[in-house]
Amino acid sequence: MPEVRDLYQELIVEHAKKPRNFGKIEGAEHSATGYNPLCGDKVTVYLTLEGDRVQDIRWEGSGCAISSASASLMTERAKGKPRGETDALFDIFHKLVTGGAVGEAEAAQLGKLAVFSGVKEFPVRVKCATLAWHTLKAALEGTKSVTTD
Amino acid sequence: MTPRPSSVAVRPATEPSRLDVARIREDFPALRQTVNGKVLVYLDNAATAQKPQTVLDALRKFYECECANVHRGLHWMSEEATRDYEGSREKVRRFLSASDTKEIVFVRGTTEAINLVGQCFVRPRLGPGDEILITAMEHHSNIVPWQMLCEATGAKLRVAPMNDDGELLMDGFERLLTPRTRIAAVSHISNALGTVNPVARLTEMAHSRGVPVLLDGAQAAPHVPVNVQELDCDFYAFSGHKLYGPTGIGVLYGKEKWLEEMPPYQGGGDMIRSVTFDKTTYNSLPYKFEAGTPHIAGVIGLGAGVDYLNELGLERAGAYENGLLAYATERLRRIPGVRLIGTAREKAGVLSFVIRGIHPHDVGTILDREGVAVRAGHHCAMPVMDRFGIPATTRASFAFYNTREEVDALAAGIEKVKEVFG
Repeated sequence: MPEVRDLYQELIVEHAKKPRNFGKIEGAEHSATGYNPLCGDKVTVYLTLEGDRVQDIRWEGSGCAISSASASLMTERAKGKPRGETDALFDIFHKLVTGGAVGEAEAAQLGKLAVFSGVKEFPVRVKCATLAWHTLKAALEGTKSVTTD
Repeated sequence: MTPRPSSVAVRPATEPSRLDVARIREDFPALRQTVNGKVLVYLDNAATAQKPQTVLDALRKFYECECANVHRGLHWMSEEATRDYEGSREKVRRFLSASDTKEIVFVRGTTEAINLVGQCFVRPRLGPGDEILITAMEHHSNIVPWQMLCEATGAKLRVAPMNDDGELLMDGFERLLTPRTRIAAVSHISNALGTVNPVARLTEMAHSRGVPVLLDGAQAAPHVPVNVQELDCDFYAFSGHKLYGPTGIGVLYGKEKWLEEMPPYQGGGDMIRSVTFDKTTYNSLPYKFEAGTPHIAGVIGLGAGVDYLNELGLERAGAYENGLLAYATERLRRIPGVRLIGTAREKAGVLSFVIRGIHPHDVGTILDREGVAVRAGHHCAMPVMDRFGIPATTRASFAFYNTREEVDALAAGIEKVKEVFG
């Protein structure tokens, strides 16, 4: 039986309490807001690109520990990465939290993000974990808002 | 915002009136289940109540023994079904102390009842600049239908304010009753805060200015006796599933004089007297508002729910629930970091709270792991959340089958939440 601690691992709680890269980037060329209409969670992601590389990325919003920690860890991870890599990472992350098969090489790419592995045992929380990622994707694609529906 | 000490908390947690809860719980099969290896503690009754065996039996009996359409068959199964269907209408009439079964319309639920009144009663009276009065503590189902009407007609939605305890400001309500007010739509009990509104006084106030009143009784009907003639409300709406009955069925009570003059809500079978391609004459009340094959099983199941409550004694059950709410209020108030949302003097059934620094969804998930089912979210009352400056709350809501031990399990669960978030 999955325990609460499988979901709320220390790193998640820590990031939820002290989110990294929290705030706005004034005049950011790319931004998008993601909503989870079911629970009211909201995440706005701001980013600047240097060529195809995410030069700076910040986020703001409000939500549960899972969505906040996910946004925090995502921004930490995406900073400095080429777009293609963040896209690929989202795919792996999505598999991780929905209980899909994550290969060894993929697991290695996840790094700290593997801390969200407990989410798969809590299906109603999948949208919390992926909200920030959907929003990042929208920001990169130039969509202004996105919902988890 | 400093909530003043509420009398709910100050009032000693009186011994609950005598109710053999252990026995009562045996009537509810769902309560026997275990969750995550723990006995289910069901504290989400404001969302939907569990069903007693008698309701389940009534549904089964209908589908097994008398599954036929109503009001049209000449065969005996249809007669049986019609008798039970109309029998439920009489049960509901007595439950609400309405004067005539003509005034009892079966609908899908409170939401449909409100929409029906909006479309058939209010809309024909509504023009640009007219007003609809609601309160700051309404459920979305008593906001959105009115907003839609306002958008379509150019009318304006007025919202009576409440104080920091979640109590309606009576003078604020009174001030917003104007010669342009076409209806006042008020919840009897707030689903997000538990506030019991003084609906008889509000109705009197509105009537003295010639304003008809709709009461949203979704939360009230299962907890307090309702007498629509004493309240003198023009419309009263409630849902079956919160009243220990099936989902998909609800009731609109309306004064006969209004229902009589209102056009039908939907056209179809059963709501007509005669149809030609030139002209249709409508059926009499209440059938004019029940187009198509109704939710026969639901109506019969709802009748069984009403029977169950009558047998238990709604007043007695309500007194027990109030004792439980007072106990829970005191218990949670003692937990550091917990802030109660909704501290009205008159409350029923609902205990909303937030925990400092922890999002209600995380609270809900962790409580679920402990076997405690609560609601976490905005409770379809986003303006209420805005009013208190919070995104959501965790809400425990009680029924007569809940116990102090279950409240203790909730409190222990909250301690666990705090432990996880260190």
